[in-house]
Amino acid sequence: MSTTTSTVKSHTAAAKSVARRRENWSSTRTYISAAVIVIWCLLPFYWMIVTAFRDVGYTFDSTPFFTHVTWDNFATAFSSQLGNHLDRALLNSLFISGVTTIVALLFGVFAAYALARLNFRGKFMVLGVVLGASMFPGVAIVTPLFQLFGNVGWNGTYQALIIPNISFVLPLTVYTLTSFFREMPWELEEAARIDGCTQGQAFRRIIMPLAAPAVFTTAILAFIASWNEYLIASILSNKDTQTVTVAIANFAGSQPHQEPYTAVMAAGTVVTIPLVILVLIFQRKIVAGLTAGAVK
Amino acid sequence: MSTQLEPGALPGRKTARKGGENKEVGADRKEKTQGRAAALLVAPTLIVLAIVILYPVLNAIYMSFQQDEGLDPVTGSFVAGGFAGFANYIHWLFQQCDTPAGAASCPPGTLGAQFWSATGVTFFFTAVTVFFETLLGFWMAVIMARTFRGRSVLRAAVLVPWAIPTAVTAKLWFFIFAFDGIANTLFNTEILWTGSQGPAQAAIIIADVWKTTPFMALLILAGLQMIPAEVYEAAKVDGASAWQRFRLITLPLVKPALMVAILFRVLDALRMYDLPAIMTGGANGTTTLSILVVNQIRVGFNSAAALSTITFLIIFIVAFIFVRFLGANAVESASGGAKGKIK
Amino acid sequence: MGIKISRMYVPMAAAATLALALTACGGGTGGGGGGGAASENLDSRGPITYVQGKDNSDVIRPLVDKWNAAHPDEKVTFNEQSDKADQQHDDLVQRFQAKNGDYDVASVDVVWTAEFAAKGWLQPLKDKMAVDTTGFLPATVAAATYKDTLYAAPQTSDGGILYYRKDLVPTPPKTWDEMMGMCPIAKAKGIDCYAGQMAQYEGLTVNVAEAINTAGGTVVDKDGKATVDTADAKAGLNNLVQAYKDGNIPKQAVTYQEEQGRASFQDGKLMFLRNWPYVYNLAKTDGSSKVKDTFGIAPLPGKTGPGASSLGGHSLAVSVDSKHKATAKDFVAFMTSAETQKFYATQGSLAPVTESLYTDAALVEKLPYLPVLLTSIQNAVPRPVTPFYPAVTLAIQQNSFAAISGTKSVDQAMTDMQAAINAAGAK
Repeated sequence: MSTTTSTVKSHTAAAKSVARRRENWSSTRTYISAAVIVIWCLLPFYWMIVTAFRDVGYTFDSTPFFTHVTWDNFATAFSSQLGNHLDRALLNSLFISGVTTIVALLFGVFAAYALARLNFRGKFMVLGVVLGASMFPGVAIVTPLFQLFGNVGWNGTYQALIIPNISFVLPLTVYTLTSFFREMPWELEEAARIDGCTQGQAFRRIIMPLAAPAVFTTAILAFIASWNEYLIASILSNKDTQTVTVAIANFAGSQPHQEPYTAVMAAGTVVTIPLVILVLIFQRKIVAGLTAGAVK
Repeated sequence: MSTQLEPGALPGRKTARKGGENKEVGADRKEKTQGRAAALLVAPTLIVLAIVILYPVLNAIYMSFQQDEGLDPVTGSFVAGGFAGFANYIHWLFQQCDTPAGAASCPPGTLGAQFWSATGVTFFFTAVTVFFETLLGFWMAVIMARTFRGRSVLRAAVLVPWAIPTAVTAKLWFFIFAFDGIANTLFNTEILWTGSQGPAQAAIIIADVWKTTPFMALLILAGLQMIPAEVYEAAKVDGASAWQRFRLITLPLVKPALMVAILFRVLDALRMYDLPAIMTGGANGTTTLSILVVNQIRVGFNSAAALSTITFLIIFIVAFIFVRFLGANAVESASGGAKGKIK
Repeated sequence: MGIKISRMYVPMAAAATLALALTACGGGTGGGGGGGAASENLDSRGPITYVQGKDNSDVIRPLVDKWNAAHPDEKVTFNEQSDKADQQHDDLVQRFQAKNGDYDVASVDVVWTAEFAAKGWLQPLKDKMAVDTTGFLPATVAAATYKDTLYAAPQTSDGGILYYRKDLVPTPPKTWDEMMGMCPIAKAKGIDCYAGQMAQYEGLTVNVAEAINTAGGTVVDKDGKATVDTADAKAGLNNLVQAYKDGNIPKQAVTYQEEQGRASFQDGKLMFLRNWPYVYNLAKTDGSSKVKDTFGIAPLPGKTGPGASSLGGHSLAVSVDSKHKATAKDFVAFMTSAETQKFYATQGSLAPVTESLYTDAALVEKLPYLPVLLTSIQNAVPRPVTPFYPAVTLAIQQNSFAAISGTKSVDQAMTDMQAAINAAGAK
């Protein structure tokens, strides 16, 4: 690191002007690339919104812009008369995914710290078991789990949904955090300990802020993964603990055989947009806060 | 358990880089004290995994050696099948079915006849989707890592496909790829997207790449963000071209995050279920191993348990190869050498 | 890279060994019979749970409320499942297998009765549990019967009908050949002639079974053995294959489920459509429908007269593990009474199972398709009644799809279908 800083100082004025011209061109390229990415990501989503606002009688109309606009599909999605209860499901999903993310992150940080920093026997067995947990087809786990939780009277409870979710996101959490922790400048932690911090303090004050982008990314991935979980929830939840994915899958048309496309797309829009906004707000606040701390 | 693990191997590498200070002395004692702390730290993770994964897996392995219930032709009721030995495994691996005339090769239209084709389809989907997701994900991450006005719009947009619940995504694409759907309307084509093999596979690949690239992009982005800016500055001053900077700095430093992302994508793709199940129901060469498992569960649970165990072993082998030969290993600091090079 | 990752083998190997030692505590599925449970709790009363797929049009909730008001000590809790048949099936299997009496009364699709009965999960509806089915359409009772015992009470019915464009074809075709003969009319107008449900899913089984039964063939015999390798059955499938080859069935029909066919018909792009009665209301009321006043309905065309429709609909079954079977039985009787059936029809467009209701003047005014549907259901054949239905339907779907899309000859498809259906029964 020390070599790096000294070379930066030897920047010359000539190099700077070349760099500026190059930056102009590269910023144009950046904008073009960004535009392509935004279109690729949002075009299908745009179609989803168009469908969400389209009169159910025009479900199969493929006019690519807004026609026959109505809010009815959103009303249908939230209708308790039709038994859709999307509002309740949203709260359930928020609670389940929130608890899952917090617990998984906590456990994941513990485990990753041990794996990345501590030297102990059986490290690879731990890694193997953790990875092995995401190798069994999820579809085959549901039935034994239903029987297991049934025996202790847990079916339909929140814990029956949260615990499997934690185990589904833990492997990714542990692996991501471990791989990032390996890359940390742990010299800083050692320095802090010389200054009188305990190992725990050094970890919280020095390492966590530096690891913020990684931890935050992992949190987003864990939250969304558990937000989208369907298989377990479809069997282990009941009317009161139903998640959004289950609620949406249970939507029905007004007639037997009728596909409730428009209502599903409306519900999809309703559950996606707040999620994205939430992530963006958190990203600004948390990452900004943590990095600010690190500079001090 | 881990007698092969040379004591102090990992810290040894690190310290060597930091200047050859020798910590190997006393490593044994340190390992013991750290071992207790490590056990405490790792315990919560292992306990949760044991509850949710271990019991079902052991249960499945046990069931896979039991025969499925058979029909008693007189009463018309199902009766327990009893011990099966490896019969269920032989049924899948050699595609052998019991027929009224005795054991024979499974006829077309039975689940047993589809094991190897489903394995092929699963690997095909995995290879193609992960390849495109990595490429696109890297590109997205590199763009997102730059500072420019409107970056938050880009970040929000990238999150969208990943945030939509898979079941809704699958319906959305099913709808887009209908014969009278928006895809054919926009491109003025008459492709039977879900009605024949090539287009059906393409449709699922497009949907999967769209949905999961953000996952890749976010993980790679986090890796990029952890590379100190000074390293690039220094390389620029030393006259390294953009391509050299990418090859010598970005790639090696981002490799640990990248490999973890690829590893988990591969594990997920090998268990792909929702998209093909909703978009094609497994028709037209899109039956993956997980779809086969679900169909088999509806017919006979013990045989499905054997299929799940086989799938597990296949995925295990793939993961093993990844970790062993491609360095997708969170503990081994793959970038250690690269950091040294920059210095 | 010198790390010995082979350590990962250790936990896996350990897990495998442990599993083999675990033989005592594996959750066995517990086979057949259920002999004991079927004779217990027959006179017991108390609160019960009723489960069925999504209550699309608010039909069940008012009925349950009405029951609960009249039976404060025997309240019914209504549990809604997904709208998707596969998921309903899997959910029922989970609960029944666990034998915990989660569900007392369940609405089961007509094609699941045999499977659930053979597994010993359903209470035979005889003796003390007998329900009155006089006046019910025979096909609906046959579909709820397994090995000569009634296992479920028919609740609602469904059958295929032919939608046609009366502005183009004044009299609907009576036979398949007649319908094919009318296809030039569609061609002259630049629209497609005929479509049903031919994507590879359950709907294809429905359509192929109709083709086979209409041509005089059968899919399985009384003992569940395959009977598709016959001249009649082949002729049936060949009708579909030939029409697809000739273009009388448009090429996109192999992607059609119920809704895509309906969309095409409502858009005026299709002259004949085989579908369920639900299309009738939507084609009349959907804003996008271009055929509101120009479509008519008729029984499915057959070989010489009306064709053999596949039977749809649901029946009510009582779980063998129910704790309050006397209540369950009364609730089943209430939910299948003529008055309740009228409510299903007027409120939810669900077809009745009592024959006389099809000519009830008030109902016919509300649901004008009832007389046509009656002909359809009178000629209906239940889809193969076999405890191996999930495997049988896959065998039908995959082989007939291969024949229709031209990757297999009809002869080969039927030989394979025969073998695949029998393999399902042998396993």
